Amino acid sequence: MNSQLRRAISAALFGSLALGALVGCGEDSKSGADSKTVTLVTHDSFAASKAVLKEFTKETGYKVRVQAGGDAGAAVNQAILSKGHPQGDVFFGVDNTLLSRSLDNDLFTPYTAKGLDKVPAALQLDRAEHRVTPVDFGDICVNYDREYFADKKLAPPRTLEDLTKPAYKNLLVTENAATSSPGLGFLLATAAKYGDDGWKGYWKKLRANGVEVVDGWEQAYYDRFSGSAGGGKGDRPLVVSYASSPPAEVADAKTKPAKAPTGVATGTCFRQVEFAGLLNGAGNAKGGKALLDFLLSKRFQEDVPLNMYVNPAREDAKLPELFTRYGVRIADSATLAPQKIAKNREPWVKTWSSLVL
Amino acid sequence: MVLAGPVEPRENRKTADGHRKADRAAGGGRRALALRLALMAVPLAFFAVFFAYPVAAIVTRGLRVGGQWRFGRITEVVTDQATLDVLWFTCWQAVASTALTLAVALPGAYVFARFDFPGKGLLRAVVTVPFVLPTVVAGSAFLALLGRGGLLDELWGVRLDTSVWAILLAHVFFNYAVVVRTVGGLWAQLDPRQEEAARVLGASRLSAWRRVTLPALAPAVAAAALMVFLFTFTSFGVIQILGGPRYATLEVAIYRETAQLLDLPTAAVLTLVQFAAVAAVLGLHAWTVRRRESALRLVDPGRTARRPNGPAQWALLWGVLAVVALLIVTPLAVLVERSLNGPDGYGFTYYEALRSAADSGGTFFVAPMEAIGNSLRYAAVATVFALAVGGLAAAALTRKAGRLVRGFDALLMLPLGTSAVTVGFGFLIALDEPPLDLRASWFLVPLAQALVGVPFVVRTMLPVLRAVDHRLREAAAVLGASPWRVWREVDLPLVGRAVAVAAGFAFAVSLGEFGATVFIARPDQPTLPVAIARFLGRAGQLTYGQAMALSTILMLVCAGSLLALERIRTDRSGEF
Repeated sequence: MNSQLRRAISAALFGSLALGALVGCGEDSKSGADSKTVTLVTHDSFAASKAVLKEFTKETGYKVRVQAGGDAGAAVNQAILSKGHPQGDVFFGVDNTLLSRSLDNDLFTPYTAKGLDKVPAALQLDRAEHRVTPVDFGDICVNYDREYFADKKLAPPRTLEDLTKPAYKNLLVTENAATSSPGLGFLLATAAKYGDDGWKGYWKKLRANGVEVVDGWEQAYYDRFSGSAGGGKGDRPLVVSYASSPPAEVADAKTKPAKAPTGVATGTCFRQVEFAGLLNGAGNAKGGKALLDFLLSKRFQEDVPLNMYVNPAREDAKLPELFTRYGVRIADSATLAPQKIAKNREPWVKTWSSLVL
Repeated sequence: MVLAGPVEPRENRKTADGHRKADRAAGGGRRALALRLALMAVPLAFFAVFFAYPVAAIVTRGLRVGGQWRFGRITEVVTDQATLDVLWFTCWQAVASTALTLAVALPGAYVFARFDFPGKGLLRAVVTVPFVLPTVVAGSAFLALLGRGGLLDELWGVRLDTSVWAILLAHVFFNYAVVVRTVGGLWAQLDPRQEEAARVLGASRLSAWRRVTLPALAPAVAAAALMVFLFTFTSFGVIQILGGPRYATLEVAIYRETAQLLDLPTAAVLTLVQFAAVAAVLGLHAWTVRRRESALRLVDPGRTARRPNGPAQWALLWGVLAVVALLIVTPLAVLVERSLNGPDGYGFTYYEALRSAADSGGTFFVAPMEAIGNSLRYAAVATVFALAVGGLAAAALTRKAGRLVRGFDALLMLPLGTSAVTVGFGFLIALDEPPLDLRASWFLVPLAQALVGVPFVVRTMLPVLRAVDHRLREAAAVLGASPWRVWREVDLPLVGRAVAVAAGFAFAVSLGEFGATVFIARPDQPTLPVAIARFLGRAGQLTYGQAMALSTILMLVCAGSLLALERIRTDRSGEF
């Protein structure tokens, strides 16, 4: 009896100890959320130089704590779920395809960040209320394998129309629009170009021309695309990727080639703009505002391209040589109003799935 | 009445005796119950706080709109043809995968249990490695074997990458170790002399095996099959990579509805459907297995294994080695090859790049040593949690169980049947207020990992614990040992090996866990799988190579840790 009692007590003790430790930890992290720390909630591909974040601390006295959760879509949804009791002060990483969802859910407090006047009006999708601040943009485009087209003496495709031509039969691999953001972006590019109903006809043609769909960007790019230096075993010389993929391909090469091994079909692009905003109910709103200002500062903006492989939102931010030399500026990317995307995203993806898969 | 005279005292004596027995039984029953409740308290609290509460919170959020329950949604979703298609595919591929895995891995379990051959420990660690690899990485290595331009394609023109075969084979690849470790662990401790005795008494080799060994193994086989089934039933990455976008399991559907579409009502219904399916399987399992678990003579595994004898045994050994080489070692070798095949030929370019990238220092990059440290630290804490919770639960479940306890048994398995995104989002909305505001705590990672590890601990330890001959415990008790001492002196030495196997599983699961970790891991402390995913998320030869190099490091860390665990086990077996 005695020993059983002891055992019961020790079990209970263990339990309360474990819980105590947990609560203690919870308190630890709470004390981290004091006025000297500002928490940036973001997706798991957020990246910045440590030196730049240190500079922010030096300038403002705030330390940045980064809290990441899943891919962009999951991170936005997490933020919506914890609305009113947010995980941090600033959210970064909601893009134009998800913007309406976050605005409709009242995720952000309006704030006009310093430096916004240097951001082109076309990127300011919430110009009336300033609930979100554009931080960067990139283009989802069809990439091609230069070597393949040179060997075949075939001109690489330039437009969406080209992709349905017999010369490019069975060459394109794209991502599932239901699960992958480049996949969705490519669908939206066709919807912007061919209209609310016309895009279906386009995809029928694309399907007849042998487009292949895989689930995610990694498989499309590394396993199926013949131009990626990484995987390199694929047999599809066309892939839906980003306009910044060619510079990324040469980023770490010791001897820089004259041209990147991959190119961009400039008439196939959809523009993605990423925003940051002050979270409603932020514990450190003051620090959050300072962080938003910093995200638009020239120092941070010029740090963006080499960390996240996207373009800075500010016009006056200097692009690194890698981008100016190997990247392309896409002049006429397709765009759609965020409200329109929000309204049509689900039915379109459903229709797309039944048409293409 | 006359006759009653002399009989009465005897009857009285008998009843008195009976009363004493009943008294003792009742007292023992109460004590046993108290003990069991005490043992169950911690696991119950753990599951209530870190599983039931968060999952209930997220499901409720989906089904309750504006203070009103929307149960109509359930019928809507459940009768939707799309849901039925998903459910059908989920079920049949899981059944097929489980059958195939058992068929391929049971001979392996036998070979690992009964034969002695050089490099056995290393090989046992190697077959567990797929278990921890991020599916993106392993899937892509698997494609290199089965896909276009792959090994089979070049040799025989066979390509399986768009067929269901690729999914099934990948499931075998990932779950081989579950069978080898769970079944092999017990098999190695079965006394071969029992089978020999049966043969001496005239039974044929087959019937001796069927009557002696098979019944003894059945619970372990069932436990392994159950785990493989749960894993393949909730398969996520494998389906996405090898099945292409046409195939979806319930798990994939839940992920899409939750993380991509934020359609919480549909996700909640699908989660409930998955729960129901898993509960049905668990019920079936309990029904078929319960009665067959019996006390066995367990012996030191070191004494049961011997060198293969005769052509048949050698053929079996080589057959199993060939399967392991083709199905498991080759895809892993492809990864190693890729990590070494740099821009200027073979070399350590990518490994060096990992080091220098960390020095140049964006928040994107993480020093490999740091990621290894994070991974090992998280996994160690998670293993301790899983062993403590799972061990207490297994101890509570050892003795004959009533309905309540059986329900508890099933409850412990549920995390395996619950999608990571449900748990992750559940944590987010449930554990967000003091005193349990854990959203930013590093503790969440090992906790989430332990949730997945506990079922392994319970399932691995339970067959062995139940197999311990109860008379040993009784004998010890009669000799005056306290229950604690009985447990320490009788159960613990006998289950030492099971504890090591369970720890190995929990550790491996934690090392490789990605789904929940990625939601809650702090980006300044990424684990190896999270770091690998970061590298894979961007174009470029060097980043791809670094992802492969990190994957190779993850393999080595895993294999090394498991070897170390095996070593501990071998040292301990001297206590027998």
